[in-house]
Amino acid sequence: MNTTGIFPISAVVFVLAALPFGPLSNTMLNFLSFAMIITLAAQGWNILAGLGGQFSFGHAAFFGTGAYAMAVLQMRFGINPWLAFPIAMIAAGAVGFAIGFLSFRARLRGSYFALVTLAFAEVFRILANTWNFTGGAAGVLVPLKSDPTQMQFGDKRWFFWLALACVTGALFVTHALVRSRLGAHLVAVRENEDAARALGVDALAVKLQAITLSASITGAAGCLYVQKFLYLDANLAYGTWISVEALLAPIVGGLGTVLGPLVGTLVLLGLGETSKTVFAKITGGAVPGIDLVVLGVLLIGCVAIAPRGIMGLVRRRAKA
Amino acid sequence: MLKLDILLSAVANGLMTGAVYALIALGLTLVYGVLHIINFANGAMLTTAMYGVLLAHSVAGIDPYVAVFFLTPLFFAFGYAIQRWVIGPASHGDDNNILLVTLGLAIILENALLAIFHSDTRSIDVPYGFSVIEVGTLLLSVPRLIAFAAALAVALLLALVLTGTDTGKAIRAVAKEKTGAMLAGIDVEHIYAVTFGIGAACLAIAACLLMPTFVVNPRTGNAFVLVAFTIVVLGGMGSIAGALVGGLIIGVVESLSGLAFGESLGQIGIFLLFIVVLLVRPTGLFGAKA
Repeated sequence: MNTTGIFPISAVVFVLAALPFGPLSNTMLNFLSFAMIITLAAQGWNILAGLGGQFSFGHAAFFGTGAYAMAVLQMRFGINPWLAFPIAMIAAGAVGFAIGFLSFRARLRGSYFALVTLAFAEVFRILANTWNFTGGAAGVLVPLKSDPTQMQFGDKRWFFWLALACVTGALFVTHALVRSRLGAHLVAVRENEDAARALGVDALAVKLQAITLSASITGAAGCLYVQKFLYLDANLAYGTWISVEALLAPIVGGLGTVLGPLVGTLVLLGLGETSKTVFAKITGGAVPGIDLVVLGVLLIGCVAIAPRGIMGLVRRRAKA
Repeated sequence: MLKLDILLSAVANGLMTGAVYALIALGLTLVYGVLHIINFANGAMLTTAMYGVLLAHSVAGIDPYVAVFFLTPLFFAFGYAIQRWVIGPASHGDDNNILLVTLGLAIILENALLAIFHSDTRSIDVPYGFSVIEVGTLLLSVPRLIAFAAALAVALLLALVLTGTDTGKAIRAVAKEKTGAMLAGIDVEHIYAVTFGIGAACLAIAACLLMPTFVVNPRTGNAFVLVAFTIVVLGGMGSIAGALVGGLIIGVVESLSGLAFGESLGQIGIFLLFIVVLLVRPTGLFGAKA
């Protein structure tokens, strides 16, 4: 299994944290902040799918619940964002538990589980789009208050550091999880659920703990998204884009590895931006969707050639 | 008796839409039954076919009902090639990999269409687009009635191919017992690709039947993805009769819940039905016990 120690994780975090001290353009800082949000969503997905082997295609349900809870708690109830953040994470975790309880108890796995999560996310999207409480199709606007007590920062570097802190937290949670009893049970369930159960592992409980943790981490990404863009609608919150981003990054980075989601997100978003720029230069105008075509090719290429992702390649190189 | 009229016409419309849904689900269920994979690219392939119809009409002036005769073989070849040379080799026989490869295909197709045609919603103009016939008190759209009849015919034809021809028997043999079929001299990889090709051909036919009354943009297929999955799950994975009945049921459910809750909530009926069926009876109405 994965053996990424505390040292390489800390080294990566320190390098990232030091970046804003260098000559970093505003665009670059925005890119990095966005990358941290996606990384966090992907870290959540990685716990359930990478460690537990349950491939969700609907992590948007958790991302969106976290995001909407964050926005609605501030707007409708005037709750401070620093307090709304943990509440929103709990809300996302609760949704994760509920979806997990329904689908795992019905013994859905593999493609059936992927489909049912996708359907749940769609139901949430349609509901959020029509319900007035969530702002309906017009969405929710969080007013701009450049005040650290409102989790909004005049100096954009602070937002990046906040997001990085969340990512770091998730890195260490994953690191600890891999070494814990729960982590071992999860891997056992992933490799062979029947055998794990025969050895006395309570598969349902293990999967439920994993999906709850996974959902609340992805929900935290939704909270950060709201604080960065100060706007939310149903397609942003519950759209398939985030479900896809959350699963692409760990697969490209290295499924089930601690650093995989982070490495994968940086590579994917970096490649996406690069291909957008390159194609715009070649054709003399923006080509919509071309970055995603490149990412789709990358996804298939990764599955075909490097099933253990970039981290797998790194490890193979290190051993050779 | 105005209310009854509205209800009847909603049911009739639902049945007609449902038949096309069934056609889209037919390919999906066949592929699932034989290859045991869920083709996430189903929706994107449908969109691609719809753009094919659009191009044929706007560039060469070919009527959608004529285009069906060359788009169907073209898509069969496309599906065959994709399974044989992309999905098969890339997935190393692992279920999760297949999910991801077809998801990758969906992303590529959808965004390639976006890059080429941009996000504008387009439609085609055919002289019979709005023609209707009266049946009793009901006004039925002619192109949708044609779609209904054609979808039923294709389902019947497919059933005949599967039971009557050598290829059909080989497909069923591979679906039942892959290793046994291989030992009996059946080229399993070839049969897999043929099955995937048939699935793609069904989509091409569905696209030709849809275009006279539907609009298309690069994301159109997504609307059909979950609907098709719902039908497949409802009817029982791998069952052709199930896909047909499931499609008709879903068409009516969508139409009626649209009537009851309004357009924007209409699709929620489908997703809720989907979730309930998965949770309560994942083998579907016609599926064998897993």
